[in-house]
Amino acid sequence: MERRAYYKNGGLPWLLIAPQLILVLVFFYWPTTQALYWAFTLEQPWGGGNTWVGFANFLGIFRDGQYWAMVGRSAFYAIATTAISMVIALTLAAFVDRSLKGTKLFQSVFVWPYAIAAPAAGVAFRFIFSPDAGLVGAINQIWPGLWNPAINGAHALAMVIVCHAWLGIGYNFIFFLAALQMIPRSLSEAGAMDGARPFRRMMDLQLPLITPTVFFLIIMNLISSFTDSFGLIDVMTEGGPIGSTEVMVYNIYVDGFKGLDYSGAAAQSIVLMLLVIALTFVQFKWVEKRVHYN
Amino acid sequence: MAAITISGVKKRYKKNDVIHGVDVEIEAGEFVVILGPSGCGKSTLLRMIAGLEEISEGTIAIDGTVVNQLEPRERGCAMVFQNYALYPHMTVSQNIGYALKVAGMPKAEREAKVLKVAKSVSLEPYLDRKPGELSGGQRQRVAMARAMVREPKVFLFDEPFSNLDAKLRVAMRAEVRNLHRSLGVTSVFVTHDQTEAMTLADRLIVMNSGIVEQVGKPSEVYHNPASLFVADFIGSPSMNLVRGFFAEDGYFRHGQGGMLSLPGLAKAHLSREVSIGVRPELVRRVDAGHKGAIAAVVDYTEELGASRLIYARADGSPIIAVDDGNDALGTGMPIHFAVSESDIHVFDHTTGRRIDHAGAAVRATDSVSA
Repeated sequence: MERRAYYKNGGLPWLLIAPQLILVLVFFYWPTTQALYWAFTLEQPWGGGNTWVGFANFLGIFRDGQYWAMVGRSAFYAIATTAISMVIALTLAAFVDRSLKGTKLFQSVFVWPYAIAAPAAGVAFRFIFSPDAGLVGAINQIWPGLWNPAINGAHALAMVIVCHAWLGIGYNFIFFLAALQMIPRSLSEAGAMDGARPFRRMMDLQLPLITPTVFFLIIMNLISSFTDSFGLIDVMTEGGPIGSTEVMVYNIYVDGFKGLDYSGAAAQSIVLMLLVIALTFVQFKWVEKRVHYN
Repeated sequence: MAAITISGVKKRYKKNDVIHGVDVEIEAGEFVVILGPSGCGKSTLLRMIAGLEEISEGTIAIDGTVVNQLEPRERGCAMVFQNYALYPHMTVSQNIGYALKVAGMPKAEREAKVLKVAKSVSLEPYLDRKPGELSGGQRQRVAMARAMVREPKVFLFDEPFSNLDAKLRVAMRAEVRNLHRSLGVTSVFVTHDQTEAMTLADRLIVMNSGIVEQVGKPSEVYHNPASLFVADFIGSPSMNLVRGFFAEDGYFRHGQGGMLSLPGLAKAHLSREVSIGVRPELVRRVDAGHKGAIAAVVDYTEELGASRLIYARADGSPIIAVDDGNDALGTGMPIHFAVSESDIHVFDHTTGRRIDHAGAAVRATDSVSA
């Protein structure tokens, strides 16, 4: 039997959860309802009256070919970022888990990127990738014009993806390392006795046993790539050149605050929100149930 | 030729040594049990043979090849782990066949081989199950099948029965014994359970805090323990051990004025600080008037059914004896014992080694005959 504690005073429990409740209502539900309201109305940029327009805002963005191009770009951005970040983090975690020399040091070093604010990292990477002064730009002295994110859209997108992936490595690393260390050492040893080399053991034994973590991280990384890229893009490229690094979350900012199209931006945020909700739903319903051993 | 030659092997973790130099030869086809209390380094030694621990000093050779620098897969050993270490996401047949799959054996051949091995340990009804759906004994069998399927040169067992209940343990013991008889593969078995060790071993290696105390046949180790540790560790109830010295008058003096007439031994070990020992089953009960009888007082008794253990005290030294339990014995009752001089073991108290009757210390690897 489950034991529950009951409060005799009916007001006390509400008082106790009030701080959290107020935070959630003010900073989450209120803006969300506002966005919802705007998404179905035509909002005037200077305030004052608005008109109910139903789904017109949504139809407007869905009929726009450029919007779909941007959604595609966002998806590519999210998948590439997630893949790069997770593969590197898993590799590092696998090495640290094998307790090679210096493990203790690397255990903390690999986590550091997570503690760096996205815009700060953006500035650093802008310098690293700068075509005339940066580290990567040095190749321009050998092959002039080979690398220039300021005018080449693909270069710009790659630059932002690399930076975003780099920022996520620390977070992924912690989870991977924890998951790997949960696997009994004797399993790896049994694998070694069975003749499997470290890489084979990784693929056949460790990876299948940490699938719950892998799926969790895929979802978390995808969500983060869809929603957290604003600071990075704003600092590094401002969506350019010619919109080639404009992803959904950045486009909302551009349309809303630069273009003063509050209604269109609100409709786009609702679409993004639904996407994130869908991913979260997958995480809860599918991943937590399907990927399970024992 | 020896199947496994361990010479001067040491294990060092950072600063503290765990194994202080082990020299043992294991013959081909032999079943050797390494026995010792927890923390004595027996598992570490086994893992060094397997290649799961680095060898800090000395060499281990398998079939004449020094394997110090070889990876586990190149050593030709198969191991059964204490917690079985089965792959939880694979079925029983995948578990057994994994080594073959890694070795690149074609699927059909692999499956035939897995089936054959599974049959030999009666696992074929469970081939499609996951380890989580099996009982302890079945998991144990999967672990053994997984080791057998590779047809290794050496089987290594790391306390494989410690998670099983007493009845299953006896059954698995018989199974391992039969397996060894039919396959004839050199086996090294680590355990802290002396019954397991005595019943399985062709030869016993008794270890204590990183050194080998004695190597020998189980009966040899039991009847002629090479050191105080072995004398105390092997046997249940353990050997009666009394500290004292031999005086010129032919008596052994111990405890609070205790005197034992042992003229023969006194001559050989005159004035030496020793511990003498005698197995409880060799302590006879005698009448009070018996010549040289040891007068003792009963502390308590333990009824075992077929026999009875008598815990008594003679001149302040505890003494354990075994009898058939035909009479009533109560706490505080007087009782008399006798021991034959030839049943007594003598150990140097400072080194802990056995002293043979010529007065020389016995080494761990000597074959002792009293």
